[in-house]
Amino acid sequence: MTIPNDLLLEMQRRMLRIRYFDERASKMVKRGEIPGTVHTSIGQEAQVVGATMALGDGDYMTGNHRSHGHPIGKGAALGPLMAELVGKAWGVCQGKGGSMHLADFKVGSLGESGIVGSSIPIATGAALSSKVLGNGKVSLAFFGDGAANQGCLYEAMNLSSVWKLPIVFLCENNQYALSTPAHTVTAGVLANRAAGFDMPGVRVEDGQSVLTVYDAVRTAVDRARAGQGPSFVEVVTYRFNEHSEGLRLAVDYRDADQKAAWLKRDPIKLFRAHMLEQGVADEATLAGLEAEVMAEVDASVQFANDSPYPELSVAFKDIYTEAIGAAQ
Amino acid sequence: MTIMSYLGAIGAAQREAMDADSRVIIMGEDVEANVYGTMGGGKSRADKGDFLQMYGTNRIRNTPISEEVMVGAAAGAAMTGLRPIVDLSYSTFLYMAMDQFINQVAKSRYMFGGQASLPVVFRSAMFYGLSTAAHHSDRPYPMFMNMPGLKIMVPASPTDAKGLLRTAIDMDDPVMSFEACLLWGMKEDVQDGEFRIPFGVARIVRQGTDVTLVAISSAVQQAILAAQKLEAEGISVEIIDPRTLVPFDSDAVLNSVARTGRLVIADPANRTCGAAAEISAIVAEQAFDCLKAPIMRVTTPDTHIPFSPALEKQLYPNAEKIADAVRKVTKTKPQGH
Repeated sequence: MTIPNDLLLEMQRRMLRIRYFDERASKMVKRGEIPGTVHTSIGQEAQVVGATMALGDGDYMTGNHRSHGHPIGKGAALGPLMAELVGKAWGVCQGKGGSMHLADFKVGSLGESGIVGSSIPIATGAALSSKVLGNGKVSLAFFGDGAANQGCLYEAMNLSSVWKLPIVFLCENNQYALSTPAHTVTAGVLANRAAGFDMPGVRVEDGQSVLTVYDAVRTAVDRARAGQGPSFVEVVTYRFNEHSEGLRLAVDYRDADQKAAWLKRDPIKLFRAHMLEQGVADEATLAGLEAEVMAEVDASVQFANDSPYPELSVAFKDIYTEAIGAAQ
Repeated sequence: MTIMSYLGAIGAAQREAMDADSRVIIMGEDVEANVYGTMGGGKSRADKGDFLQMYGTNRIRNTPISEEVMVGAAAGAAMTGLRPIVDLSYSTFLYMAMDQFINQVAKSRYMFGGQASLPVVFRSAMFYGLSTAAHHSDRPYPMFMNMPGLKIMVPASPTDAKGLLRTAIDMDDPVMSFEACLLWGMKEDVQDGEFRIPFGVARIVRQGTDVTLVAISSAVQQAILAAQKLEAEGISVEIIDPRTLVPFDSDAVLNSVARTGRLVIADPANRTCGAAAEISAIVAEQAFDCLKAPIMRVTTPDTHIPFSPALEKQLYPNAEKIADAVRKVTKTKPQGH
């Protein structure tokens, strides 16, 4: 499919946002400015953005603990995301979700789940809404190779298939569930499992190419929107950082040669070179884009710094629609 | 007024809500066939009022036996514009979906800073007292009371079942409805037309002056029998049915205890950390000075439910056990002993 140049540049913009945001978050964890745990999407930007850009603005999405890339890819503003990471009042979840539970309902981001696989049924329900209400919206569930062995995925795939729900199951296969190599705990090829549920299953071997991912997911999204039901897309990719920032393991569970080969395939550098080669943009345009995004990330940190911390009363808010029971 | 059974009242509330709002859907195992009798006028497809005929398969949805995705999908659908009612059949089947209930349904509004709204009702029946043994007989509402974010209703009469369920369906918070199978056939006059009973408002089932008796779910009927017996012995019992456990009408109980000075709680759930334990703690903390006697709980002991009726029937709070507890706190010896 032919993709207009402004859309290609937008893909690069969103990949850069994820990269610079996560690099900044990583630094802030090391400096003790972000409490708790942070999982970056560095290295997986093409897989994230290829998928989120294949969705429409009104479409729904759920994700997992490797969480910042998804809402950024879906178009969320960076300031409230960064404020959330530091636990501030202006955070997108008012400082109550943190890194692992980002959600921005304004852009269809229905929430990242700290429990592996647990948000897949939620995305399935959003697809059920679209089906019952007939509003043409599509859902996409992001989950990793680890979550691919959770039972709820197969309950969701079966239900989606018998009800022909407009959903895309997007498996981000970064090849390791924390330290456990996927092939040691996973039988067969994940994408092949789709056949058992009577839905298309494709495996994108080059998850570092944003256009390849976009093509595959776009096909699945179009199929869902046309009322033909769910699809399963497995994208093979690689996380460049450790499972979580600051994690130090005694065992080097990733093969050094394999790691070096993947690090050479930086999705942002690859796409930059592609755009220069194809004449989509010149050096000055791309450098300008990079500077713009860096300024956006700087501004998001400033926004987070400017925000006050939440009042204690916020800890007892939004348990229910009205206050009951808590804070007695 | 119309004479309605407990099950019929649930069906009527569901039908009125389905008629009032096209966003209300029902999903669950065997709902199309109306296996449990809450999806229409009768068991026969030809009967007038059959939900499947009235609303079609877009809104009445048979699910596979997949509780985890049923519960999670209902939550996701609720977040995006539907108002699902999920029929989970037996209360023990809730355990299959525990992650979705606890990590998604209960926490989403909170964790996402109020962005998520979850207008969804999860109905399940507690099949205790019917020789269905340990995998079908639990009364698990206390486990869910322990998790903020879930509202819990335990209707003990057809009127309450209808009025509370309608409130639950119209509400923007997730509600778990625990329906006692032993009450399914109970009949009474129910007011005509649509009505709603607010959550967090207890029902004074019977007024009395000597002892406050809080009774939950099917224990309400047993409490009434006990109170009738005790009246003949000269003990005046005030029975309070909280109707919803979250929110809980602590004022109703505290006000009553302030007058009677004695509290007995009849709760069919297991003893440890049960609803009775929580109610005891509330009264001990807030009305200790009013108490003339120790608080007594009449609960199911901490055991699993055995199959044999010879064993099972002895385990739940019944009129006799409740009356004994009341006599103890009033220091009256049982009649004829």
